[in-house]
Amino acid sequence: MTVERRTRFGLRAVALLYLGALLAVPVGLVFYRTFEHGWGAFWDSITTPAAIHAFQLTLEIALIAVPLNTIFGVLAALALVRGRFRGKWLIEALIDIPFAVSPIVIGLSLILVYGSSGWLGSWLISNGIQVIFAVPGMVLATIFVSLPFVVREVEPVLREIGDEQEQAAATLGANARQTFMRITLPAIRWGIAYGVVLSMARAIGEFGAVSVVSGKISGQTETLTLIVEKRFQNFDVAGAYAASLLLVVIALVTLFAMTLIKPRKEHT
Amino acid sequence: MITVQDISKRFGDFEALHGVSLEIPSGSLTALLGPSGSGKSTLLRVVAGLEAPDSGTVVIDGRDATGLPPQKRGIGFVFQHYAAFKHMSVRENVAFGLRVRKRPKTEVDARVKELLGIVGLGGYADRYPSQLSGGQRQRMALARALAVEPSVLLLDEPFGALDAKVRAELRAWLRRLHDEVHVTTVLVTHDQEEAMEVADRIAVMNDGNIEQVGGPRELYEHPATPFVMSFLGPVTRLGSSLVRPHDIRISLHEEAGSLQAQVDRVVHLGFEVRAELTLGDGEGLSVQLTRGEAEELELAEGDIVHVRCVGPRTSVPV
Repeated sequence: MTVERRTRFGLRAVALLYLGALLAVPVGLVFYRTFEHGWGAFWDSITTPAAIHAFQLTLEIALIAVPLNTIFGVLAALALVRGRFRGKWLIEALIDIPFAVSPIVIGLSLILVYGSSGWLGSWLISNGIQVIFAVPGMVLATIFVSLPFVVREVEPVLREIGDEQEQAAATLGANARQTFMRITLPAIRWGIAYGVVLSMARAIGEFGAVSVVSGKISGQTETLTLIVEKRFQNFDVAGAYAASLLLVVIALVTLFAMTLIKPRKEHT
Repeated sequence: MITVQDISKRFGDFEALHGVSLEIPSGSLTALLGPSGSGKSTLLRVVAGLEAPDSGTVVIDGRDATGLPPQKRGIGFVFQHYAAFKHMSVRENVAFGLRVRKRPKTEVDARVKELLGIVGLGGYADRYPSQLSGGQRQRMALARALAVEPSVLLLDEPFGALDAKVRAELRAWLRRLHDEVHVTTVLVTHDQEEAMEVADRIAVMNDGNIEQVGGPRELYEHPATPFVMSFLGPVTRLGSSLVRPHDIRISLHEEAGSLQAQVDRVVHLGFEVRAELTLGDGEGLSVQLTRGEAEELELAEGDIVHVRCVGPRTSVPV
């Protein structure tokens, strides 16, 4: 065995151990613990009315937040990469706020704005719209925390492909919509797909910000992550693992759905 | 016909075009020739509508196109780096302009087939741009631009990214294509040989201005400025003029208008002989002779000879 081969095997072993200790073992244990007491116990704990409602609410919030962030993300990336306007740096900085600020702080800041004594909240409540301790606030919190992903994934792709193909399309008679649909969108779809997967993961997994604005009303404003925490606090460890597994399943389904839109012919 | 009137364009502090005016006759193949930064590409992009001029007008076939977007100018544009639509096959690339115009499918298919034949890519319709060589990609880009039957074909350094052999082939091919298709064509290039070989008219650009417009021979034989003269071929300085090294006659006796010089070096390059001389004022001079001429004069280092120019000259400020 040559020195290089030994080094290579050594590096691989270190990488595997690292990933194993940090990722595979904990996630694997979630699976193990979930089914420790059999399939029946698992099924019972994920089919309680509260769990079913939490599952639906988690999906509902993600399916509002992720498409909105995707549309915003693509438009923002186009504006930032192709546009020429003042104050670009300000938008760039604002988009990174959700990365920089702790989710709990984001939740509290939403209460400051939309809460019963907040400067928009009091007006909303007097008009019969409750945001905080209700689903709208949770949607807002989720949009907030998952906002940067699509922008940040699409921006570098747009930069890399340049605007020559778009200019060529324009000289060939394509209007702005045709150019976007036929040239730009196919070129950036992988960036979008990756951004959607990351947004989705963040949206369904968000705990801090949603926890602050939800009020944790069982059967009303409880998402899966909140149920995991509640069950864990109540010493229902198996129940907490069961709900965790649902989160993992949603994530895997999203990943699988993204591989379905994989281009049939990949030529780079 | 394209008429460009008083076009100015500035990018930040850089003034790319200073009030440029140019007429491009219908059916001609005109080259915009100049060094990089001379404004030739900017002028082409202004004609295409890809760049908005700060002032001036562009008239294409009698219609004021200054405010029109590229889509409405009836142009075809070919980019230096092909701008191939990577996710589309060759067929789809060429069909693009017709598809967005919603032409019937049978017409699109027939036209694409015809064009792929013209550019010699008949067997490549189902390939993707990544599976083509640079020369093939550029021919595909030409077919794509020609598919919509533009009244003007604009080529921005179309052979700039190709290697020398393919470039030479494509040049000859473009000239033949133009003779067949007769579409008014503007070619941007920094290569004087390419311009002389392909174009029937050349506009020489320098520093955001057009220095001279004319046929290749006219520009070579009657350059209006020292810049045009030196850009189109080799030059050497004789007194206060620029002249071509092959236009200098050497004689052993003084003649009307001749200057005295001393031979420093004689280099035999096969058919051609190059002589390096020093004039009476200490300036160096390079002369190109045929082997026969050099032998007749029996040129040798140290000889005192008399030189005069028999060709065009442009005066340069001393």
